[in-house]
Amino acid sequence: MSGHSTYVPKSAVGKWFESRLPIMGLIHSSFVVFPNPRNLNYFWTFGGILAFMLVAQIITGVVLAMHYTAHADMAFNSVELIMRDVNYGWMLRYLHANGASMFFIAVYVHIFRGLYYGSYKAPREILWILGVIIFLLMMATAFMGYVLPWGQMSFWGATVITNLFSAIPGVGEVIVSYLWGGYSVSNPTLNRFFSLHYLLPFMIAGVVALHIWALHVPGSNNPTGIEKKTDKDVLPFHPYFTVKDAFALSCFLMVYVWFAFYIPNFLGHADNYIEANAAVTPSHIVPEWYFLPFYAILRAIPDKLLGVLAMFGSIAIMVVVPWLDSSKIRSGNYRPVFQIFFWLFAINAVILGWLGSKPPEGWYVIASRISTVYYFAYYILVLPLLGLFETPKSMPASIADSVLGKGGSGSAMASGAASSPSTKG
Amino acid sequence: MTVDARAQLCLVSFNEAWGSAWQPAPPARFRIAEAKSSFWGLAEGALGARMTRVATTHASASAEPTRRDFLFIATGAAGAVGLAATIWPFVSQMAPDAATIAAGAPVDFDLSHVAEGQIVKLFWRGKLIFVRHRTADEIKSAQNTDVASLRDPEADAARVKPGKDQWLVVYGNCTHLGCVPLGNEGAFHGWQCPCHGSVFDTSGRIRQGPAPINLPVPPYAFTSDKAIRIG
Repeated sequence: MSGHSTYVPKSAVGKWFESRLPIMGLIHSSFVVFPNPRNLNYFWTFGGILAFMLVAQIITGVVLAMHYTAHADMAFNSVELIMRDVNYGWMLRYLHANGASMFFIAVYVHIFRGLYYGSYKAPREILWILGVIIFLLMMATAFMGYVLPWGQMSFWGATVITNLFSAIPGVGEVIVSYLWGGYSVSNPTLNRFFSLHYLLPFMIAGVVALHIWALHVPGSNNPTGIEKKTDKDVLPFHPYFTVKDAFALSCFLMVYVWFAFYIPNFLGHADNYIEANAAVTPSHIVPEWYFLPFYAILRAIPDKLLGVLAMFGSIAIMVVVPWLDSSKIRSGNYRPVFQIFFWLFAINAVILGWLGSKPPEGWYVIASRISTVYYFAYYILVLPLLGLFETPKSMPASIADSVLGKGGSGSAMASGAASSPSTKG
Repeated sequence: MTVDARAQLCLVSFNEAWGSAWQPAPPARFRIAEAKSSFWGLAEGALGARMTRVATTHASASAEPTRRDFLFIATGAAGAVGLAATIWPFVSQMAPDAATIAAGAPVDFDLSHVAEGQIVKLFWRGKLIFVRHRTADEIKSAQNTDVASLRDPEADAARVKPGKDQWLVVYGNCTHLGCVPLGNEGAFHGWQCPCHGSVFDTSGRIRQGPAPINLPVPPYAFTSDKAIRIG
């Protein structure tokens, strides 16, 4: 993925194999000698964490599917049997359910890192758009996975989300009955959701391959936003970034398993331990936490079609971010005014999530509307206009300069250690 | 029949089919020879052969169609029809299946057990239905509403059967996003949806919140004074 490989197989078998399928050379050039900017901080470890989470979800998910029954009459019980009867079934299910949450925590950090450091800007637009596609696929996968236990939240979540399509004028009702395979969310709906929930992660894996491919053309962005120019700016992927990624992943996994083992239902809803009942909606239904900001946008608008359009639009608008941002400066580190708007945006996103968990009444609705306006204003007004007015801070000449303290946002690192890290153990 | 003759026949019928939009066919021999050389030449990967191919494409676009043009359009057309015919079953299978449709047979419901003020839930075609035995006050408030002021203007009389004002039969899923509204709640004491706050009156009409239309009335008829058949 990064030009011609310098890989030279040592063994005769290796040479024989490489001349027929040069995959070891591909791995070597992509993940061993690949030159990364030397100044990547820990926000750049979340790509690796996400790759791990995708694999973890696929492995636990494939095993859970061996014990799960996708039928409206049996699904709820089969999940309870996984919890009680299957050896370590409780662990697999809690790892999978909490794994989805961890996946979203990691992807939100990853997205906000991209927004702050301008990773979406040229030449990384396609890389960014592929990321938005992965995010959409993740949302679809997570939503359908949450339906499978066939609890009350599963059922009513499925009802509300599929009904979003009924807002389409004219054909909405037909589309919804085609999604359901019936006149309400029912057994055919559960079956097709199970099938798609199994399929989509592999589609995600495919787009992830494209995402990494697109990444390895220009290489990673970095905290300065300055492209790598000389060998002094870079370090080989292995061991410098393999160890950094592995360390960050270990820390992340501690949080993940802490959730899975100690507070496995903290992020879930008690109502989902009640079997689906088409006659009663739980008095307070909310989606999983990772959908709450978008749910708040949906509820902020007192019109069905416009609400649905705003919700989908809040994600779709991310596709055009590379062309909305008019600033020539890539990294937020050198944009003092941008930083204020960016952190307001981040806090606003959290507030939107909190509002999404509250009942749709009183001042919560008004606050949701204000937050929704700022969410869109950040993309439509702030990013296009700020680049025209803002005076950026002075920037270092190169990545190496930023690390060695010659101007820009210096570093406390001892220059000896920083200038030639590859000579140190 | 020789290859050339067949090619010419082919082109003749091709030109007939497309009429004057295409130029009449000049000697076929030259073009076929050219097409062959470019085809095999391309396989050899020689730059010269590639240039021949470009020239051929250019010539066919500006001047007369070749046999390859015909094959390209014919194959494309057949492929498009085939693709549509292939996609359709994959879309159609998503629709409610025969068993689901068959399960939509009418259901009878005995109203004699529904007390005044009570709301009963039942299912028809998998969809929830409310049967509400309205009190005199509820009927009065539903009838005294200014119809013109409603989001989905509909008189109460149009939502119940003549002479059966006390019986309101409506679908039980909110017209916003499908949750089940709670009975006797909300500012109009009809229903209020717990999900997104839509408020319905005692006629099941939308009064506040995001739902766009009234709770629809399912097809039903009174089979006797105290029984209805839905469907």
